Amino acid sequence: MKVWLLHHRDAAVLAWRRLLAVPLNSLLFVLAIGVALALPAGGQMLLANARQLTDRVSAAPQISVFMSVNADRATATEVGSRLGGAAGVKQARFVPREETLARMKANPGLREAIEVLPGNPFPDAFVVSVTDERPESMERLAAEYRRWDGVAHVQLDSAWVRRLEALIGLGRNAVLLLGALLGAGLIAICFSIVRMQLLVHRAEIEVSDLLGATESFVRRPFIYHGVLLGLGGGVVAWIVTTAATLWLRAPIADLAKLYELTLSLQPLSAMDSALLLAVAGGLGWLGANISLGRHLDSC
Amino acid sequence: MIRFDRVAKRYPPGVDALSEVSFEVAEREMVLVGGHSGAGKSTLLKLVAAIEQATSGAVLVGGQNLSGLSRAALPFLRRRIGMVFQDQKLLFDRNAFQNVMLPLSIAGFPPREAAQRVRAALDKVGLGKREKALPVMLSGGEQQRLAIARAVVGRPGLLLADEPTAHLDAETANDVARIFHDFHQVGVTMLIATYAHELFPAARRLHLDHGRLRT
Ligand SMILES: Nc1ncnc2c1ncn2[C@@H]1O[C@H](COP(=O)(O)OP(=O)(O)OP(=O)(O)O)[C@@H](O)[C@H]1O
Ligand SMILES: [Mg+2]
Repeated sequence: MKVWLLHHRDAAVLAWRRLLAVPLNSLLFVLAIGVALALPAGGQMLLANARQLTDRVSAAPQISVFMSVNADRATATEVGSRLGGAAGVKQARFVPREETLARMKANPGLREAIEVLPGNPFPDAFVVSVTDERPESMERLAAEYRRWDGVAHVQLDSAWVRRLEALIGLGRNAVLLLGALLGAGLIAICFSIVRMQLLVHRAEIEVSDLLGATESFVRRPFIYHGVLLGLGGGVVAWIVTTAATLWLRAPIADLAKLYELTLSLQPLSAMDSALLLAVAGGLGWLGANISLGRHLDSC
Repeated sequence: MIRFDRVAKRYPPGVDALSEVSFEVAEREMVLVGGHSGAGKSTLLKLVAAIEQATSGAVLVGGQNLSGLSRAALPFLRRRIGMVFQDQKLLFDRNAFQNVMLPLSIAGFPPREAAQRVRAALDKVGLGKREKALPVMLSGGEQQRLAIARAVVGRPGLLLADEPTAHLDAETANDVARIFHDFHQVGVTMLIATYAHELFPAARRLHLDHGRLRT
């Protein structure tokens, strides 16, 4: 047991020394691996944030009922009372067109555009929260409101959430695909690096064999070489992703504000970070092993 | 310790390096293998260390038939044998200390004890002050002695040496021979391929001629 630990320590130290012996090479390889891994890692970061957003928003789905622009206030009041008395409605909040106009004018970008328009382009509206929040029943209510006089447009506010959820599903597949492709790339990089290492250290392999080294003794430093490269790449990918998170945080929060959402982009979770490092190290290990399996005997 | 029973070794495509070779080496014995260049001396030593396998016949080392040796058992046989190779096989990117350390690392010696042993082995061959030197910084004779230090550092019961005094001047060759005598004195069995049998007057001699033992 102690011998085993000793062998592992020696192999790790040896692999580390070999990496440091060609620092620029090693750095470039680690960067290449890191950048490749940063793409799926960044995708996962965005997905996790988007998923958090939908979790939060879809907690209270609402139906927006927009009156026709030329409907008068009496019609609106009528629709309001119908909504108030309708089955399945928890609450119907009236949003007068003046309020909407004022709110939109508060946005400096929009103000100029609005001011050139004659009159108030916004209709009266109601925001309806319902007792039964299942998409099907909300869809049914929306269809019913659409038939009412003076109602121009009914929108399920959860619709974009569902669209986003569908996008997230797509995004998850894209991240998986990207991860698989770039993971294969990482394996290929480690495979070639370990192959070069085997050629460079041919003499050492031969001599160790003659002096009674077991096959695992000979293989170990090369495995560590692959694992260290993979892990180094994982760390680089983590740094890149975290930096991107911080850099994008303010612009994305601004964007979200336009949709009346508060969103502060979060970096990779501890779990995802650990997963990233484990996968990076594991792929390095795999690449090294495949390379050893193919090339060790011919050394 | 070593027994060859009608051993033949044929290299592809059909070079008979050894034929009908039978002999025994007893424990604590010192035996020289002589013969012209290409007679099969290196081949004979390689068969003992299981670097090559006999084409026919039986090679026994420490009572163990090497033809039945599994791949997994091979490293442990080699650890019991010290070997000085004809081409030395030093590692040129490691210093003297690290070269001698290698067999002990392989065997999993605790580092502190291993370091003591390495220093003792280097002292023994007169390289105690050169432990930081890379092999290229050593003279031919010093490299030869470094190879010997590496072969004996694991205190093997059997030492194989392939022309350990070739390319050495008379005085250095004598030093090397004296080192071998010292190991023989402490009970190491020795099989040495050499032309220079006069350096080892007490040893028994085998003579190879075109792969056959001449008696
Ligand atoms: N790996 C090999 N493949 C093919 N033939 C070989 C191989 N090794 C040795 N031989 C041949 O086997 C014969 C014996 O070689 P060996 O190296 O055992 O001779 P030797 O007695 O050690 O010679 P020297 O004194 O020159 O070292 C030679 O004819 C040699 O050419
Ligand atoms: Mg020879």
